[in-house]
Amino acid sequence: MKLRLLLPLLATLALLGLLFVGLGMNSRDLPSPLVGKPAPAFALEALEDAERLITEQDFIGEVALVNVWATWCSTCRSEKPLLMELAAGGIPIHAFNYRDERDAALRYLGVSGNPYRTIAYDPRGDAGIDWGVYATPETYVLDAEGVIRYKRIGPLSRQLLLDEVLPLVEKLRAEQLRAEKLREARGVAQS
Amino acid sequence: MKRSLLLSLLGLPLWLAAGLAMALAIGQPVEFDNEAQKLQYDTLVRELRCTVCQSETIHESNAELAADMRRRVYDMTLAGHDADAIIEFMVQRYGDYVRYRPPLQANTWLLWASPFLLMFGGALVWWRIVVGRRGMAERPDFTEQERAVLERLRHDA
Repeated sequence: MKLRLLLPLLATLALLGLLFVGLGMNSRDLPSPLVGKPAPAFALEALEDAERLITEQDFIGEVALVNVWATWCSTCRSEKPLLMELAAGGIPIHAFNYRDERDAALRYLGVSGNPYRTIAYDPRGDAGIDWGVYATPETYVLDAEGVIRYKRIGPLSRQLLLDEVLPLVEKLRAEQLRAEKLREARGVAQS
Repeated sequence: MKRSLLLSLLGLPLWLAAGLAMALAIGQPVEFDNEAQKLQYDTLVRELRCTVCQSETIHESNAELAADMRRRVYDMTLAGHDADAIIEFMVQRYGDYVRYRPPLQANTWLLWASPFLLMFGGALVWWRIVVGRRGMAERPDFTEQERAVLERLRHDA
């Protein structure tokens, strides 16, 4: 008899527990399956120069961030000062200018500064699909080999940079250094 | 229905002029080489979820991303990719979440099993109640005195 009274109570509590956990989840925080995979291939015009072609190879070589932005995206504008700081601190930032207009984008960068080393112009969201872009802004961290190691959907914040992005960049740079030393050692051994 | 057909016919040259490379707007007619391609496209756009407007398929969503995804499905269909390859392409970029019909795998078994678990639970409860009732109806153990009281109550009323 006691069990019969207790069971509905337990079931209700379990359900409430699940709902409570659900409340704390953000349904927009989707895991990115691209993390751990090489940067997807693309070929786009450079934002500054329609004659120049940019491919994923232009993003690869050092530990770098890839930022997806547009002038119509107000959160991109608000995260830009952080990007400026990162660029000034020596972290290369590449970018996709996503579903934007070239003139507007260039004017915007001219006025408020340009933190980007390379900007691929993606007015139709072509590379966007290949890179699994949901919405601007998005930021990826690439390691020196061009593998995506981190993805943030939504704006960066100082806290996020300090807690996740910068430690990761440090770690990846250390990995890169180790790999280079190893290669050098092998080269010496061979010659 | 007739009117919309007429409208789309009238608009067709315009769209062709604009080029099929543009993002595919909802209801925009698309041309295929054969029926199989059309069928594949029509099926796929109803099976892929728009990831920014999460309760809509890319077939019914107005979001720009959904239009991009429709265009990609269209391009890949024309290029001869089969349905599995296209779904795999989207899953690799957007995760299992893009599939409206999730695959049966380690992290989705509970999702698939839950209707049956609930049905089983319900059947269990139903069975317990029925058995309990049967026991009640068959209880014969009134004493003579109780029977007399019951009879009296029935007749007095």
